[in-house]
Amino acid sequence: MEAVLKIFRGDATSGAFRDYTVPLDEGMVVLDAVHWVQAHQASDLACRWNCKAGRCGSCSAEVNGKPRLMCMTRMDHFPPGEPITLAPMKAFPVLKDLVCDVSWNYSVNRRIPAFKPAPPEADGTWRMQQVDIDRVQEFRKCIECFLCQDVCHVLRDHDRKDSFAGPRFLVRLAGLEMHPLDVESRGAHLKEEAGIGFCNITKCCTEVCPESIHITDNAIIPLKERVVDEFYDPLRRLWRRLRGSA
Amino acid sequence: MVAVPAEVRPRGFAATERRDAWWVAPLLQGLMLAVFISYATWAALQNANYHWGGYLSPLYSPLITADWIPVPPSLLILLPPVLFRATCYYYRKAYYRSYFLDPPACAVGELRAGRYRGETAFPLVLQNLHRYLFYATFLYLPFLWSDVVHATRFGGSFGIGLGTLVILANTTALTFYSFSCHSARHLVGGGLDCFSRTAASRACHAAWKGASVLNARHMLFAWMSFFTVCSADLYVRLLASGVIHDVRLL
Repeated sequence: MEAVLKIFRGDATSGAFRDYTVPLDEGMVVLDAVHWVQAHQASDLACRWNCKAGRCGSCSAEVNGKPRLMCMTRMDHFPPGEPITLAPMKAFPVLKDLVCDVSWNYSVNRRIPAFKPAPPEADGTWRMQQVDIDRVQEFRKCIECFLCQDVCHVLRDHDRKDSFAGPRFLVRLAGLEMHPLDVESRGAHLKEEAGIGFCNITKCCTEVCPESIHITDNAIIPLKERVVDEFYDPLRRLWRRLRGSA
Repeated sequence: MVAVPAEVRPRGFAATERRDAWWVAPLLQGLMLAVFISYATWAALQNANYHWGGYLSPLYSPLITADWIPVPPSLLILLPPVLFRATCYYYRKAYYRSYFLDPPACAVGELRAGRYRGETAFPLVLQNLHRYLFYATFLYLPFLWSDVVHATRFGGSFGIGLGTLVILANTTALTFYSFSCHSARHLVGGGLDCFSRTAASRACHAAWKGASVLNARHMLFAWMSFFTVCSADLYVRLLASGVIHDVRLL
């Protein structure tokens, strides 16, 4: 059994999809096929990878048009005889072949207000109950593969990287905002810098997340509600004014 | 920033490398929404055949019989629930995909041109007031449950007809839809960072956990309740116009 891979070869200025025929093995994943191509047909094929176990989030690409981790996509997932298209993530500048420049994400990350713990208890330490951190533990599963950033139409189609942080960083902000010991307020950051209002909750980020994080329902929408609390809810605003805390 | 050259990977409406039938879901979703919205609008404008015995169409509940109102009362009755659904986080996903094509499906090119502003500018910034529409529609639930009780009264005695079950199913679906709302989930405890601190916050945690279980099925309840509202209205309408007869079960 063989499969034909149509792999994007090129960079930001020029490129084309080229065909590579790969022998199939039982249990083979797309990354195995790419490695076979590198070993036998195109030693200059650029591809970022590390763990091959769905943990490092390095081998993100678009397989038949869907953002996926190549190491977690089995070749027998596709109908035999049909070519499989492999392309770099569309939302980011391509460096070479399947490798993108994702450095914009790191600059967004650096601007997020850091964790600021409440004062410690009398014995100088902090204690958390499991019930308080169950919720944020989901967000810690993120492997930063940036598939959610790639599929998000605000970044991918509208290219609003100037105004919107993207689902990955809204997940990180949710993990910080909902942390039981954190006392930093990130409402203004969420509204202005992270641009949470740009998200129109079409849930593509949730659909592609390899860690099955409920990005929209558990991170973005709760954060939108917190932004409403702070900026849009007239009764809450009145209440804060009456209490003298606005 | 420059991604892959556009001549190799085109951009624009429906541009994609996806091979699956990505257009089926938004198409079906859009058609179903159109059918339900059209039926509900037509039924609300009829202003007749909404009542039979103890049965009352949910589109006309709570019943308003004032003659001096210049528009069919059902239009006023339906305004808060319609806006509640229009700003619902699930329906937003559905209509942004099916009608605004923004995007039509994941990793598929969009129709829309111009500078995207999402829900940061008028009118979509008003989506942020969804919680107020939740408050408003929450007030309807006691009336709808009262309609269920009325639907068990047949000439002064207790009974159950097929219509009773239809109205009960509708009110149950609407109750689940309301309580599974994302804003409700936030209001009962989602806004807290620490659940274990006080007895009140522990109670909020229990409420939030319950709301979260329902919230995971919000899409299901959204469609179910849309279907049951229209079905209940149709059943009462057919009874009232003499097209069918009620089946008395008890």
